Amino acid sequence: MNSSLGRPNFLNRQSFIELNARERANVLMDVGSAREFLGPFDRIESPWLAAQGITPQADDGCVVIKGRIAGQAAVAVALEGAFQGGSIGEVSGAKMTAALEFAAEDNARGIPTSAVILLETGGVRLQEANLGLAATAEVMNAVLMLRRHAPVICLTAGTVGCFGGMGLVAGLASYVVMTREGRLGMNGAEVIQEENGIEEFDPSDRALIWAIHGGEQRQALGLVDALVEDDVNAIASAVQALIRKGVPATHRSSEIDLYRRRIQSLDPSHQWEPREFRNWWSNRLAEDRL
Amino acid sequence: MNDFAGKRGRAWFHALTGQSRPMEGDPASVLVADADLGGDRARFLCVVPNPGGRFPCARHGEVGLEEAWTLAARVHEITRPNGSGAKQPIVALVDLKSQAYGRREEIAAIYLAAAGAADAYGTARLAGHPVISLVVGQALSGGFLTHGYQANRILAFDDAGVMIHAMHKAAAARVTRRSVKDLEALASKIAPMSYDIRDFAKLGLLHKLLHPTNPDLPTREDVAMVQAELIAAIEDARATPVDLRNRRESKEAEATRRASRLVYQKLSEQWHGPSGKI
Repeated sequence: MNSSLGRPNFLNRQSFIELNARERANVLMDVGSAREFLGPFDRIESPWLAAQGITPQADDGCVVIKGRIAGQAAVAVALEGAFQGGSIGEVSGAKMTAALEFAAEDNARGIPTSAVILLETGGVRLQEANLGLAATAEVMNAVLMLRRHAPVICLTAGTVGCFGGMGLVAGLASYVVMTREGRLGMNGAEVIQEENGIEEFDPSDRALIWAIHGGEQRQALGLVDALVEDDVNAIASAVQALIRKGVPATHRSSEIDLYRRRIQSLDPSHQWEPREFRNWWSNRLAEDRL
Repeated sequence: MNDFAGKRGRAWFHALTGQSRPMEGDPASVLVADADLGGDRARFLCVVPNPGGRFPCARHGEVGLEEAWTLAARVHEITRPNGSGAKQPIVALVDLKSQAYGRREEIAAIYLAAAGAADAYGTARLAGHPVISLVVGQALSGGFLTHGYQANRILAFDDAGVMIHAMHKAAAARVTRRSVKDLEALASKIAPMSYDIRDFAKLGLLHKLLHPTNPDLPTREDVAMVQAELIAAIEDARATPVDLRNRRESKEAEATRRASRLVYQKLSEQWHGPSGKI
């Protein structure tokens, strides 16, 4: 912005990653339009954690803020990565489901309302296991219901990343926004190591983790709609642009033939080096579009 | 427990469809067939182990990249809008280990493949196709989210070999730093953590528990009973909304999912009240 004055641009940046979930959801909203629903003062907490010696949080690590983005009604639902790893419990899951379902109902009533889901989460909260898994299935249904009417934008900025069942939610989104610091996948390296050994995935190999799950690789594979800097203005602008774009003609998760053929032609006889994989996948993409 | 994942799936798939081979072009790990069910022609889908599979981490009944995109394609091909308007029922037979945990899977975006299958099932349901999930064995974690959890109605066998859970015991014990024994003791006191299908039934997510005499090798009577229950669940699904509200409005959910219901009630008041006007 002020680079003409000789100052490096990052000095003018405000980091988005350093914000908590509430601040993240708030800064996406048009000035003065944000209102939080089921905030900490409503004190709807997890009923399952105290019995397991874990102090619940008054918002269960899920922030619901309604307001306007680019002048249009929108709801932002943000998971707080600092509380129980952003995990989905009964209450946080129900908050996300209900907000998305009410947005879908508003659209059906003629009030266009989009959604931004800010996912920093390892997935299901194991202390609430089956209710977290059930809530994830219900969030997925709510995304399917809403995205027919209005875009559902998944934003994974970092630093927890988006994994587990919430990775599937990201897969259903109309658009995905990531930073280079963000990660997106289904199973993290630790889980893979536990299930299939360190030779399958070494969780201490941070470079490999970012080369596979990181925003830059996901974008190179065509799985991200906007790869942005860790900057509040850049992220807010990217979200606004995607909301203006409206519902995509085809959602990525519905491109069955394209991806099924891609997987059929994939040679799984060896572990792919991420850059080599990126080249192969991109070349396939070019062929598929011919 | 894990070594028999898939055996029941195969047995029940054969009992309900008379088929035991994959469709042309599909991997051996995904069985799909159409079969008569009541007055309908229902589509049955089941993921089974495939020791010779191409992907090393998806050979034992896990839902991997090929499985998920195949399920998506086979659900989508009967549910995309056509002229007839007939809404063919879909039955997901569930006896699966989990999602596939592998590096190849992550690099090739298994999260999207799993979303693709869930998209196909959920879109089918929202378009009016009755989607019934029949859990005959294990239904674990992301595998169940991919194949079965988007159903209008979930039926499960009331049997010790049936397990619906977010994570298998050994992994859950490791992650929560407990012994399997301690985990089981804790799980028996906290309904959503329990590994017992009867405790799962208390969460209000199940439509019904079924009691076949032989869940491993179904008798003729078992098959007739299960068919009758599938037909009843399909009718029930056709008569009620296509969303998943039944899971939180059930009698059991009124007791167990009080917090979920409170969230809906309070959020609705705020969203639809004066402060909700943006």
